[in-house]
Amino acid sequence: MSIAQSYIMRLRRKRHQARAFRKQFSLREVVNRTAKIRGGDILLFSTMRDECVRLPYFLNYYRDLGVSHFLIVDNDSSDGGREYLADQPDVSVWTTKASYKGAKFGVDWLNWLQRKYGHGHWTLVVDPDEFFVYPFCDTRPIRALTDWLDTSQVRSFGAMLLDMYPKGRIDAVPYAAGQDPIEVASWFDPGNYMIEKNRKYGNLWIQGGPRSRVFFPDRPKKAPALNKTPLVRWHRKYTYISSTHMLLPRGLNLTYDEWGGEKASGILLHAKFLNTFAAKAEEELARGQHYSGSVEYKAYAENIRDNSDLWCKWSEKYINWRQLEILGLMSKGNWA
Amino acid sequence: MLVHTAFGRAEQVARHWSAAGCPIVIHADKNVPKKTYTGFVKALSDLPNVRFSRRHRCEWGTWGLVAATQSASAVMLSDFKDVRHVYLASGSCLPLRPVQELVDYLAERPHTDFIESATTADVPWTIGGLDQERFMLRFPFSWRKNRFLFDKYVALQRKLGYRRRIPNGIVPHMGSQWWCLTRQTLSAILEDPDRSVYDQYFRKVWIPDESYFQTLSRLYSRQIESRSLTLSKFDYQGKPHIFYDDHLQLLRRSDCFVARKIWPFADKLYDAFLTDAAGAMKRTEPNPGKIDRIFAKAVERRVRGRPGLYMQSRFPVEGRENGLTCAQYSMFEGFSDLFENFGPWLARVTGTRVHGHLFAPERAEFSDGQRVMNGALSDNATLRDYNPHAFLASLIWNTRGERQCFQFGPRDTVKEIEWNIAKDPNAQISVISGAWAVPLFKSNLNFSEIRQEAARLQQIESKHLDVLRSPWAKARIRIWTMAEFIEAPMEPLQTIIDEIGKQSQHGLAEVPKMADLTGFGQFLQNLKNQGMHPYLMGDFPVEHRLHEPERGQRKPYLVR
Repeated sequence: MSIAQSYIMRLRRKRHQARAFRKQFSLREVVNRTAKIRGGDILLFSTMRDECVRLPYFLNYYRDLGVSHFLIVDNDSSDGGREYLADQPDVSVWTTKASYKGAKFGVDWLNWLQRKYGHGHWTLVVDPDEFFVYPFCDTRPIRALTDWLDTSQVRSFGAMLLDMYPKGRIDAVPYAAGQDPIEVASWFDPGNYMIEKNRKYGNLWIQGGPRSRVFFPDRPKKAPALNKTPLVRWHRKYTYISSTHMLLPRGLNLTYDEWGGEKASGILLHAKFLNTFAAKAEEELARGQHYSGSVEYKAYAENIRDNSDLWCKWSEKYINWRQLEILGLMSKGNWA
Repeated sequence: MLVHTAFGRAEQVARHWSAAGCPIVIHADKNVPKKTYTGFVKALSDLPNVRFSRRHRCEWGTWGLVAATQSASAVMLSDFKDVRHVYLASGSCLPLRPVQELVDYLAERPHTDFIESATTADVPWTIGGLDQERFMLRFPFSWRKNRFLFDKYVALQRKLGYRRRIPNGIVPHMGSQWWCLTRQTLSAILEDPDRSVYDQYFRKVWIPDESYFQTLSRLYSRQIESRSLTLSKFDYQGKPHIFYDDHLQLLRRSDCFVARKIWPFADKLYDAFLTDAAGAMKRTEPNPGKIDRIFAKAVERRVRGRPGLYMQSRFPVEGRENGLTCAQYSMFEGFSDLFENFGPWLARVTGTRVHGHLFAPERAEFSDGQRVMNGALSDNATLRDYNPHAFLASLIWNTRGERQCFQFGPRDTVKEIEWNIAKDPNAQISVISGAWAVPLFKSNLNFSEIRQEAARLQQIESKHLDVLRSPWAKARIRIWTMAEFIEAPMEPLQTIIDEIGKQSQHGLAEVPKMADLTGFGQFLQNLKNQGMHPYLMGDFPVEHRLHEPERGQRKPYLVR
C-alpha cells in the first residue's frame, strides 16, 4: 500500500470522524449515567428503534457476559423502549428523530459516542437482535477474552453474523418479552458461506446463509454482508465506516489469518427472524431507511408473504459455541 | 515472588505460602504506582516471614527481571538462614498441591536444583529466530517499545559480522525462568567473584531471565534436574497460556506443584487450590501431559488451522491453504456419457456419495435429486457460480467423513472451477476425453447444430485438458481417450475404484452398462466430412461394427 493510498485512507477516516462530530447535534440526551463508567469496564453501544420487546433479554444476556455499561441511541421509538432503557441503572440513553439512513445507518451516532466515552475501553457494538458468542463464553466472561486479547496485543475481534430462524413459518411462534429468542429461532445454515477479500479495506466480505439461499439466490451479490468486527479496544482515532463490517485504520479489519492458521473468532447469533419480523419489514420498507434502497427488506417482504419458511432439511439446531467451532463457523484460535 | 499486577491475588498466594511456613521475599515492579505498592506492603505487614526487596524496572525481555531476582534472592539468603531451596514464583502463580507436599518433595532431594536448562543448539523453543544470536549480539533496544531500532540494530550487527565474546567460556543455556535452586547453587551464583563480568555480559543478552540462572547454575550445581516445577505453557508467540476456571479438572489431574499463569478473576481456581485440604492431590510425580496436549493443539490450530476450511478467521492466501479442500473426492469426466448407469453403479460399488454434474449450467445436480445438500448448500446455479470455489470447498467440508464423487464435462461451467480442482491434491480426476460426443451422437438434433456444439465442446475440453496436464496440476489425474478406454474399460475402472478404496475384495462383480456405440465411427466420420475434426476421442474406425470390442483381440485400427 503506497503512501498516497494510506493518506487517502487517513482522509477518509477523518471525514467519518467529522461526520460523527456533526451528527452528534441531532442526539438528545435522555439519561446519561456515563459517570459510573470505570477504567477497564467493557461497554456496549447500540442503536435501536421499536425493539422494546427484545430489550429485557438483551440487557440481561450482556450483563451476564460482563458488560458494565450500555450506551444506546434510540431512533424515535414509540413502543416505550426508550422509557424502559432510561429506568435501567447501567444504561445511558440518547434519542434522535433524525434519519437513520442520514447517519449512515446509525454508525455516525455510535462513532461519536464511542469516541467520547469508549476511548481506552473494550467496546462491543451490537444490535438488539445480535447475541455475541465467543470461545468459552459458557465458562468465561468477556473480560477473560479481552484480557487475553490485551496480552496478545490484539485490538479487534471478529464475529460473523449467523442468521437464526425458526422451523416453520416465521410468524408461527410469538416471541414474549424476556424470552431467549434463540429458543424460538434456533436453526441456522451450517455450511454455505462465501468469502471474498476486500482489497481496499483488508476485511473479508462474507455472504451466504439463509438470506442468500432464500431471498437472494438470483442476485447473490446483493445479499447482505455477514462479516462483523463488533469487539474493539477503542481508541478515539478509530472509526467504523460501514455498519460494524469495516473499520479504519485498516489494521483493525485483519481479524483473520492469511497463512493457513486460524485466529480466534466469535459469532453474532442474529435473531432477526422472529414473528415481529414481518411487520417490521413492511414498516421499514415504507420508511426506506435501510441499506441500498432497503433492497434487503424488499426481498424479504416479497418472499415472506408466500414463503416464510427458511428452514430446510439440512438446517442445524443451535446447541452451543463448541458446535459452531466444530462446524468451522468460529474458532478458538490459540486460546485454550 | 515477582509481582507486577493483580496485587489482591498476589497477596492471597503470599498468605498461602506464608501460612505453610515458607518465608517469602517479594519484588514489585518499579513501574507499579507508589500508592498501590504501599497499600500492598501494608496489607502483608501482619506476616512475620515476608520481606520486600529493592525494586527494579521490569520490562519483558530485559535485564530488570534478572536484577529483581538477584536482589530478592540475596534478601532471602541473608534473612532466612534455614532456607535450603529457593523457589522463584510470580504473583500469578498458583500452588496446586499442598505446600507441605512440595516441602517434603524438596526435602527428599536436598541437593537437586530444578531448573530447565538446555543449550540453544538442542531445542527449538525460541521464537523469532534469535537462538544463537541472542548470546552473540547486543540488544540495547526494547523489543516492545522500539521494535524498529531493535530490528535495525540486529540487522546491522549481522551485516558487520559482529560477535560478542562469551566470558570465561561459559556455555549459554536456556529454559523456563521459573526455577527452584538450592542455597548452595544460588549463593554460589550470587557470590561468584566474576559476577560483575557475567552481569555485564547478560545485561545485553536478549531475554536474560531465560538464560542467566540457567547458564550459571551449570557451573555450580551438584545435580541439575532440567525441568521446571512450575507448570507453564507458552504459545507460538512466546507468551504464557492462561488458566481459567474451566481448567480446574485439568489442573487437578496435572499433579504439578505450581501453575502459571492464572487469570486473576479465576475465582474457582483460587478457591479450589488455596483451601488446602479440599484441593489436595495424591502424592505423585507431576504429569502435565493432558495440559500439554491441549495447549499444543491450540498452537497447532493457530499456526496451521484446519485444512480445507475457509471461514471468517481463516482465509489463506493462495499457496498457504494447507489443503484446498479437507478431504479426498473424485471427479469423473465422460463416464456418465459413455455408461448409461454410471452414477448408480458407482454408488453401489464404492458406497460413496455420487452426484451428477455439480457444475451443470442449470443447477448443481446433487445426488438423489436433492435441492439442498449438507450444510444447507443450495443447488441454485447463480449462487454456485457466484463463488464456485466456496461452493466446492463447502460441499467437501460439510460432508466430512463421506467421500464425494461427481461428474464433470465440457457442458458445465468449467472455467471458474477447473484450476481449483486441478491444483487440489485431494482431487482424483478421471477423464475419458471425447466422450461428450456420445450424447450428441444419440441426440435428435439437426446435424449442423451437432457440428456446432461438437466444435464448442471440443474446444472447451481441449483447453481443460491443457489445464490438467499443466505442471501446476497437483490432483491425481488420469486421462484416457475414448477409443483407448472402450478397448479395455474394466482395467481403468478397477484402478479408480481401488484408489477410492471402499469396495469389496473380490473385484468388480458388476459392470456398468456401456452405451450402444454402433455407428459412432461413422458419426465421427460425418463430422470430419463437414470439416469439424473430432480428435479428443482417439481413433475410431468407420467400419467398426462391434459396439463392445471383445477383450484380448487386437483391434484392426491399432495395426499400422
